[in-house]
Amino acid sequence: MNSEAKKTLRRLVIAVPLMFAFGFALVPLYDVFCEVTGINGKVFQSENADKLVIEEGRPLGLQFISTNNENMPWTFEPSEKVMTISTGKYYTATFYVKNTTDKKMTAQAVPSVAPSNAAAHLKKLECFCFEQQELAPGEEALLPVKLLVSNELPEAIENIILSYTIFDITEYDDEALAHHDHKDHHEMEH
Amino acid sequence: MSAVIENHHDDHHHGPAKGLTRWLYTTNHKDIGTLYLWFSFAMFLIGGAMAMVIRAELFQPGMQIVEPEFYNQMITLHGLIMIFGGVMPAFVGLANWLVPMMIGAPDMALPRMNNLSFWILPFAFFILLSSLFMEGGAPNFGWTFYAPLSTTYAPPSVTFFIFSVHIMGASSIMGAINVVVTIMNMRAPGVTLMKMPLFVWSWLITAYLLIAVMPVLAGAVTMMLMDIHFGTSFFNAAGGGDPVLFQHIFWFFGHPEVYIMILPAFGIVSHIIETFSRKQLFGYSSMVWAMLSIAILSFVVWAHHMFTVGLPLAAELFFMWATMLIAVPTGVKVFNWIATMFKGSITFETPMLFAIAFVVLFTMGGFSGLMLAITPADFQYHDTYFVVAHFHYVLVPGAIFSIMAAVYYWIPKWCGNMYDERLGKLHFWLSFIGVNVTFFPQHFIGLAGMPRRYPDYALQFADWNMVSTVGAFLFGVSQILFLFIVVKTVMGGKKATDQVWEGARGLEWTVASPAPYHTFTTPPKVD
Repeated sequence: MNSEAKKTLRRLVIAVPLMFAFGFALVPLYDVFCEVTGINGKVFQSENADKLVIEEGRPLGLQFISTNNENMPWTFEPSEKVMTISTGKYYTATFYVKNTTDKKMTAQAVPSVAPSNAAAHLKKLECFCFEQQELAPGEEALLPVKLLVSNELPEAIENIILSYTIFDITEYDDEALAHHDHKDHHEMEH
Repeated sequence: MSAVIENHHDDHHHGPAKGLTRWLYTTNHKDIGTLYLWFSFAMFLIGGAMAMVIRAELFQPGMQIVEPEFYNQMITLHGLIMIFGGVMPAFVGLANWLVPMMIGAPDMALPRMNNLSFWILPFAFFILLSSLFMEGGAPNFGWTFYAPLSTTYAPPSVTFFIFSVHIMGASSIMGAINVVVTIMNMRAPGVTLMKMPLFVWSWLITAYLLIAVMPVLAGAVTMMLMDIHFGTSFFNAAGGGDPVLFQHIFWFFGHPEVYIMILPAFGIVSHIIETFSRKQLFGYSSMVWAMLSIAILSFVVWAHHMFTVGLPLAAELFFMWATMLIAVPTGVKVFNWIATMFKGSITFETPMLFAIAFVVLFTMGGFSGLMLAITPADFQYHDTYFVVAHFHYVLVPGAIFSIMAAVYYWIPKWCGNMYDERLGKLHFWLSFIGVNVTFFPQHFIGLAGMPRRYPDYALQFADWNMVSTVGAFLFGVSQILFLFIVVKTVMGGKKATDQVWEGARGLEWTVASPAPYHTFTTPPKVD
């Protein structure tokens, strides 16, 4: 094989691990893309409270939906199913949760917003979805979410649905999950 | 093929080794091409048998023959085997046989790697097929293996599936690297890039696509492996992952993959239409540019497979227009094929029949693809039999007809004997009728709302499903005839001339028939 062929070969062999790495690079790229564009209905923890402009705006319907993922036995429901809020103001909503089993369990709630173009305008200062919930057998709790819908919300949107799906993560490697969460939220803060 | 052995029986110097070790240790591009082709034929029959199970179950509504769980395993394995075991190895086999002869090279650039890339394939499919006998059964999540169906809810055999995909990927990547290095560095003097036969061009582009996307597929299955066994959460929502991300990564591989399965077909059909029209191909350079544009566009259309996951409007529009744009270079190719036939002295030997059927039926598959590209319409068509009809039209009378055409066209060069023209034509007409009877009705039941991937269906779909099953069995049985024709040709028959076909051009027709074990050890002169 001549040296030209070796050069071609070398380039192609390098391209393979690079494309393999690119596949993995799609994971953070996807998160960044969703965050920047606010699509996918993902809601991230907002920057510090004092940076947000608080000025009462127009009225808006806010609906809450709770879903239990597959065999998750807990009771999980919003304290109020519908709220009429005003943009540009803080509200705190709560979700009632109860561990109905006789085992200690850990849960993680995953949020989603519809319509998806509202997600970028929904600012959460606190949310139970930023943490894991560990409940003893029979224990119950009220989980708060403190949020504000910015005044820049597109006019066409008159209702926002905030939905949470609660997952049983008792059997997951806590270390790995905790780490993942931690990292995610730090990224959001910057 | 055994005829090659016999013809070089006394040529101890340059001939092949004898017995089984010839095939195990061979580094000869023709031997490896033959191995690939036979392997893909075997996989075609196994994957075909699975298709027969599927169609037999769908002959009538209600559950008749198999359990729903087994049905799911059949649709999964049918897809995986036909794509990774049938179509792709067949094209690699054709590349092995033809690329060195077409560019005047003595062999592939990396003969030992060539041996390795073939011989790991049987192991990959042994692993995949063995999962049928494992506890929990074979993979049952469809060939697209969407997470979390393929992670959280998968049978334990999914790990074997992941490793077999890794091996298939390694094989494809090695094969592709070999093709690129060969084409870029071993062309005979005078064979400039824009003088290369179109099959060589099509494979150069295909090989680049393979190198770009097979590692991404390897990445996707590796993430699945990590989610299943190492507690990561790439695709697990509870841990901060996202199942939709899986679909993005998969289709980033998957869409270029569908062009990997059709570009070499474009090359083959161009040669055959040119030969049997006895004219020079119309628009050679536009053919090359069309293939390049299709290849590049294939990287920016992936999300048209997932219009219904909840993409933002801007993305839906972008992917719709980008997808429709592909119709332009594809249309150029179809135009050129027709223009080549226009006013040609056409004869209709078997390869030409398959090539013309390719042009007509592939174009139909392309049109249903355009319908699917229309985002609002796709919400209706998504995951129905309309999609099944679409991709089978581009893959069966598309990719597979082109492979059959290639076999009929080049087999006289491979083994020195002409195939039986009468049987070849019979095989063509049975396949042509079979394919249309099978897949055309699936357009109707798809538009009427029958979802894909279910073992049972509502009563109103019964009639067309019955027709479809009859067609499938006709098509299936006629492939036994194909096997018979190939074996008969290898065993003997009318001797082929060196040029074989009156209108054939290109370096591979200048060597003896059958092609000697070593060709172009000194480069030919090309003007």
